[in-house]
Amino acid sequence: MLLNKPTTRRKFLLGSLLALPLSDLVFKGLTAAQAAEMAAPELADYKPIFFSADEWQFILAATDRLIPAGGKGKAPGALETNVPIFIDQQLHSPEFGAEIYMQGPFNVHAPATMGYQIPFTPQQMYQTGIKLVNQWTQSNFQKPFHELSLEEKDAVLTKVNKNDGIDFAALGEENLKASQFFGQLLSDTKHGYLADPMYGGNKGMKAWIAIGFPGARASFTEWVKQHNVPYPLGPVSLLGESA
Amino acid sequence: MAQITKKEVDVVVCGLGWAGSLMSIELAMAGLDVRALERGGERDYPDFAYPKPADEYAYNVRNKVFATPKEVAVTVRYNSSQTALPTRKWGAFAPGTGVGGAGMHWTAVLIRPTPTDLKLKTYVDEAYKPGILQEDMRVMDFPFTWEEIEPYYYKFELICGQSGNTGNLRGQILPGGDPFEGPRSEPYPLPALEDTLNNVMFKEAATKLGYHPFPNPSACVSRAWKNPYGNQIAPCNYCGYCSKYPCLNYSKASPQTAVMDALKRMPNFSYEVHAEVVKVVLHDDQKTAKGVIYYDVDGNEVFQPAKIVVLSSFQLYNVRLMLLSGIGKPYNPITEEGVVGRNYAFLSNGGATLFFKDKNFNSYATAGATGQMFNDISPGNFDGPGLGFLGGAKIHSSQATGTPMAAALPKGTPSWGMGYKEGLEEWYNHSMKISITTTCQSYRDIYLDLDPNYTDHRGQPLLRMTFNWKENELKLQQHLKGIVGNIAKELNPDSMSMSFLPMGADFDLTKYVSTHNVGGAVMGDNPKTSALNKYLQSWDVHNVFVPGGNAFPQNFQANPTDTIGAITLMAAQAIKEHYLKNPGPLVQA
Repeated sequence: MLLNKPTTRRKFLLGSLLALPLSDLVFKGLTAAQAAEMAAPELADYKPIFFSADEWQFILAATDRLIPAGGKGKAPGALETNVPIFIDQQLHSPEFGAEIYMQGPFNVHAPATMGYQIPFTPQQMYQTGIKLVNQWTQSNFQKPFHELSLEEKDAVLTKVNKNDGIDFAALGEENLKASQFFGQLLSDTKHGYLADPMYGGNKGMKAWIAIGFPGARASFTEWVKQHNVPYPLGPVSLLGESA
Repeated sequence: MAQITKKEVDVVVCGLGWAGSLMSIELAMAGLDVRALERGGERDYPDFAYPKPADEYAYNVRNKVFATPKEVAVTVRYNSSQTALPTRKWGAFAPGTGVGGAGMHWTAVLIRPTPTDLKLKTYVDEAYKPGILQEDMRVMDFPFTWEEIEPYYYKFELICGQSGNTGNLRGQILPGGDPFEGPRSEPYPLPALEDTLNNVMFKEAATKLGYHPFPNPSACVSRAWKNPYGNQIAPCNYCGYCSKYPCLNYSKASPQTAVMDALKRMPNFSYEVHAEVVKVVLHDDQKTAKGVIYYDVDGNEVFQPAKIVVLSSFQLYNVRLMLLSGIGKPYNPITEEGVVGRNYAFLSNGGATLFFKDKNFNSYATAGATGQMFNDISPGNFDGPGLGFLGGAKIHSSQATGTPMAAALPKGTPSWGMGYKEGLEEWYNHSMKISITTTCQSYRDIYLDLDPNYTDHRGQPLLRMTFNWKENELKLQQHLKGIVGNIAKELNPDSMSMSFLPMGADFDLTKYVSTHNVGGAVMGDNPKTSALNKYLQSWDVHNVFVPGGNAFPQNFQANPTDTIGAITLMAAQAIKEHYLKNPGPLVQA
């Protein structure tokens, strides 16, 4: 497989590909999706634009547990699909969270059925949540979250998800529950995994390929009548990649 | 910013969705100078050319074509002793914005209520012994007969290219359609959409159990259509991006595809976007309006004088603008005096998700309206009185989309980690739904008014909603759970999960139901209990007309748009035929 070849060839290809529009990228031995995957940044080389270095370590470690690599099927993990890049870029976008009505007063003790009553933007939720989880792991494991073992990470995330054992109020933050931070992180992680690759995640449309979603094909006049037949074509993306 | 006064027009239309565009074109065709003001932005074809709308993240998650809570939040509380809290993010409902309004991104199920639904109070008085229903229920009849409104349903269905199977043609029951529908003067304009696998399975099981399924009536058109205004709508290509998305194929009837092309060509029509109407200005005698005040895109305060004012924003904001402008007396839930804000209703949903290992539903190959439904469990068609509640539901298997973020996973699948990832890969595209869309009755203490604590960006009070589920609606949910469970059992899935409201459930603002909020400025025969007469004319200020879901005195199981179109067209006709000759109340109180 081309993509498993040594980096020199990869770097050579990238250098020649980046100057071209994606539509010109289909050439011998390389599908547009493969080319697009190569054109996407390497997670290891990516410099976050929203997260600080410490926060970035947390996001890499947490998303890797929320959607891990490996397992029974062919579905990739969050890191293989650049989900952290998606989250970083979304949080950096001025529109993200700008739709929320933020006028006070806030009743953070309202029943959950009353919806979002948190006096934080999503960006502030991330900053606060990451700080508090790291604070908790420091006192309990003497390490930041990202340095924990896989089992420890899963155990901590379970506590955060269930508000069970990690109490943000006890750590000094009355306005945010651990589970609320977890909910935001989990939904953004899934969105990054399954959104169109132009938003930075779902690298090479690999999540779509794994589950069998045809992406932006959006034309099924002939197909709607074919019942219980697996759809034969791979996905296309908004920028014209196909696989 | 400057204060500007514009030249007087015959009609100012506030809100350019379905109601506003229909009112605009009908009155412009009668020769009136019509000027429409739209709070949101322009929404035109280049914005939704392929492939732009095929973007689940932008449209379905980030609500790209919706109003934002920051602009138009409402506040909600469960009862009048509580402090209401704002909808900081959308959850249970999500109003639209911009040219086309919600009509640009609706699911396009275009269905009539039954004649009984429109005469619900009459039905209750005939069928229910006193004491069976809750004392605080306040249902009303719509103030027109089936024969009066039917031509306007048909007119709107021609405008939309309604696609489906006729069930009742002038009293003759036809196979394949809804036997419970009211008599139609003419068949559906176009044949039904193609059935998907879930449709076929649901139809077979429901029929076997004695129900009468038929294809969801659709305004995603099944064939090329040219409507009475001369607009052309293309046959649906089942793209799978429909509800919450603008149509990338020009196939969904919307203000854009069905009205605006013709309307924009008329020299006596003009419109302005980013024009936020904040008040209707009344003459000193309070009997007529002078015009409206709005803020334009540059922040100027503008007065637009007009002979007729049409409020055609979304239901919630029509009610709010009436309250802010002093049109009609605000409702008081203690004394039950006043009319603006009363008879607010929402609706509930629920159902079962069925998982089949060996079936590929290809659920991304669909129109928004694709599905089969039956109306057997609607008022008058089953023993509601014996069961002790009023209401019903359309029970349907719809397949609005197959996009992956919306994918269902079997009960017990972890929400994260390896189990989640493997579950998603294993079960994506292997599930179908059986859903309910219910009625919701109106009640003495369920209402809308202005919030005392929270304001919009101009410092004006937000609209406050006092709403929670009543026992009647929860009993209905429990009854429907049994019916849906039986259909699901008949289909014998590998696994399934059910979602119905338990007795005692509170209204959950985090889970999307539908944006079918109704009432608050309802139409009726009596100015003491309704804000509008049957021509949607304010009883108090006779040159103000308020078309929209706000006019429904309670919610029926049918989707609201067909009725909003019909009552708007009937009101437009009354303005043209009677009001222009003789401006004044069209109905004597």
